[in-house]
Amino acid sequence: MIKAEKVTFDYERLDEEGNVESTKRAVDGVSLEVRSGEFIAILGHNGSGKSTLAKHINAILTPTEGTLWVDGMDTKDPDRLWDIRQDAGMVFQNPDNQIIGTVVEEDVGFGPENLGVPTEEIWKRVEESLSAVGMLKYRRHSPNKLSGGQKQRVAIAGVMAMRPRCIVLDEPTAMLDPHGRKSVIDTARKLNRGEHMTIILITHYMEEVIQADRIFVMDDGRVVMEGTPKEIFSQVERLKELRLDVPQATLVAYELQKRGIPLPDGILQKEELVEELCRLKSKM
Amino acid sequence: MLRDITLGQYYPAKSVIHQLDPRVKLVTTMIFIISLFVAKGAAGYVIATVFLAAVIRMSKVPFRFMTKGLKAIMMLLLVTVAFNLFLIDGDVVLWRFGFLRITDKGVRTAIFMAVRLIYLILGSSVMTLTTTPNDLTDGLEKLLGPLKVLRVPVHEISMIMSIALRFIPILLEETDKIMKAQIARGADFESGNLIQKAKAMVPLLVPLFISAFRRANDLAMAMEARCYRGGEGRTKMKPLHYESRDRMAYAVVWGYLAVMIVAGRLLAGYFPFS
Amino acid sequence: MSLKVKNVNYVYSEGTAYEMTALKDVNLEIPDGQFVGLIGHTGSGKSTLVQHLNGLIRATSGKIYYNGKDIYGESFSMKELRSKVGLVFQYPEHQLFETDVLTDVCFGPKNLGFTKEEAEKKAKEALRMVGMGEEYDASSPFELSGGQKRRVAIAGVLAMEPEVLILDEPTAGLDPRGRDEILDQISLLQKERGITVVLVSHSMEDVARYVERIIVMNHGEVRFDGAPREVFRHYRELEEIGLAAPQTTYLMQELKERGADVDTEATTVEEAADAIAAWLRKTC
Repeated sequence: MIKAEKVTFDYERLDEEGNVESTKRAVDGVSLEVRSGEFIAILGHNGSGKSTLAKHINAILTPTEGTLWVDGMDTKDPDRLWDIRQDAGMVFQNPDNQIIGTVVEEDVGFGPENLGVPTEEIWKRVEESLSAVGMLKYRRHSPNKLSGGQKQRVAIAGVMAMRPRCIVLDEPTAMLDPHGRKSVIDTARKLNRGEHMTIILITHYMEEVIQADRIFVMDDGRVVMEGTPKEIFSQVERLKELRLDVPQATLVAYELQKRGIPLPDGILQKEELVEELCRLKSKM
Repeated sequence: MLRDITLGQYYPAKSVIHQLDPRVKLVTTMIFIISLFVAKGAAGYVIATVFLAAVIRMSKVPFRFMTKGLKAIMMLLLVTVAFNLFLIDGDVVLWRFGFLRITDKGVRTAIFMAVRLIYLILGSSVMTLTTTPNDLTDGLEKLLGPLKVLRVPVHEISMIMSIALRFIPILLEETDKIMKAQIARGADFESGNLIQKAKAMVPLLVPLFISAFRRANDLAMAMEARCYRGGEGRTKMKPLHYESRDRMAYAVVWGYLAVMIVAGRLLAGYFPFS
Repeated sequence: MSLKVKNVNYVYSEGTAYEMTALKDVNLEIPDGQFVGLIGHTGSGKSTLVQHLNGLIRATSGKIYYNGKDIYGESFSMKELRSKVGLVFQYPEHQLFETDVLTDVCFGPKNLGFTKEEAEKKAKEALRMVGMGEEYDASSPFELSGGQKRRVAIAGVLAMEPEVLILDEPTAGLDPRGRDEILDQISLLQKERGITVVLVSHSMEDVARYVERIIVMNHGEVRFDGAPREVFRHYRELEEIGLAAPQTTYLMQELKERGADVDTEATTVEEAADAIAAWLRKTC
């Protein structure tokens, strides 16, 4: 579905005459592959290059060096630009700054309108997309009256209506409260399971990535860790070094290991931990 | 609440006027304004009054909502009336004080000017009260469509208008927030003379501009990501179609204008005061 | 020396169709030097309440006393109150406006009538307090990272030398590293300077580690008020109002339900690990 080969991106800083004054490497030789239908999480700090990488998938940015393919299309190919953007939709961080319409349903219709979809088909898609994210009953509302989580779900519906095969969510929950955060992540998961949508979730909240198929951890423009959640979260020391959060159940297990309790690595959920502890106790 | 501004003055109701195509309402308002200027004498104003009253009645919007718009032009209205009243020369001088004098012609012109202005505001209020800003933007885009030949960026203008409609409430709310935050840092937006007040606005305006630019940047990216590339090749989710009631409304409106021009002149003789 | 809120009610847009009660009979006393967490989800009234504390919003009814003086009294100076009760808004970096960091931080003290030299001295002190070194004094606030901008904004309020510091969601939108840095800094400040700190948040986990008292708000009312472990005892009720106790609370409760004799009041990871280790070793 998506393949990146040694993708490197430099931000250029221009001086007053428009000459390149300095460059800053934001993405540094990233190679990765995402298969169709996968739920991928990219974890990392602000400034780790994860958002810059995400913008490559939608061809908002193109690599300075290296190549990125979306469904076999090279993002540098100007003739395929709109096909790529239709195929890999993108949801951004700030819920207010990506809704264009003054009525929910009109906003969802914005993408299909741009693609030249016939009117009747637009209505059909708008309805389907809004019900897929559970926002159908708000179709005639003004987006200004929705909560942050609801706005992000409208934004997801707006992308869905373009019938993409993949949705990139660039820190969609950073500005939401816990309730809104949960509703957005649940929606993404539902689309992944129910509609086989490929999801690429960019975030710095670890509790959102536990159920991903695979996780890429980025730091300083590079992919520094890669694997299933279990594989990633067994490396508590490494994560602490990167100053990323670790699930509390994993942390408690880690602290217990340090106190000499023989627990296995990679415990993510409290239920697992409780099971393991009860097993240990019964053996004593 | 600031966020409700999105709807402008829109007064939701189910009336024939509400259901009309926005283009009909725009054209009608234009014609009504023109008719006020071609009106000859009291007869013309009687016809205009009947027409306006009928439309207001059909719109099912309470009359007190119409008069809200008048408050805003109160000053303008008073100044216009005063100018006409005191400065127009006439045959019969009713009152004199220094260079100021009130004549019969002055009184008449002042009354007509006042009525004209008031009707103008009432007429456009009917339009804004019965049409959502969105519909208005759509209607305007379609009406101005022919100007595309003259390279007028009609689609862009209408896109700008609808984006403004969406962001004005957000920016107003942001203004309120930044203002409070600066007050919490001891800023004073109220006291002082004009220059001091203007200076006090800097801590409000700079963050506001920065935020507006940041939002514009984000929005442009979001629009591109959703394949926006100008008006060409775009379809419409809610295209405008004329229904039979719209055609009827057009007939009524043009008829009204004809009556205004013709009948106004014919009847002029029968009315005093013209 | 304290803040006292007595029977405060606040109604938005009273007498219009949008009338909404934001605060309902709120009673609170915050003694000097306390580190308080004010928790509630979006719309619970917590932000409205803190704006009352420095007089930005006037209560519809009820009284607020600062050091025993009625802030709505005739001789009371609101300007002085605002310098004594510093309020840092959500996303405070959005209020920065000067061309360099130092001048921006001087804005507050200058408004209080201090000379340029005095203001600069206070500003420098405040900047060091939030961990911004001298090397940043002359840089443009707009070229700093998100976390740094936020510290500068906090310094802008600290420079007014408040006795009470209120922070509305100081970690919103920051990554885990930025979040920990800001909270550690605030905690240090509270200990070293002895100032009263009110931390407004919707995250129990963030707050539990730092504060000595938690006030939970819901629908404009104070629901719980006490030490973290006392408040977390009501974890079921907290869940009903859309807030969750820290994961460790659930872990300990679950263990107890499975028959383990553990101390369920452990709130931090270390406490939990200690409690579980103690339980596992008990019979050995």
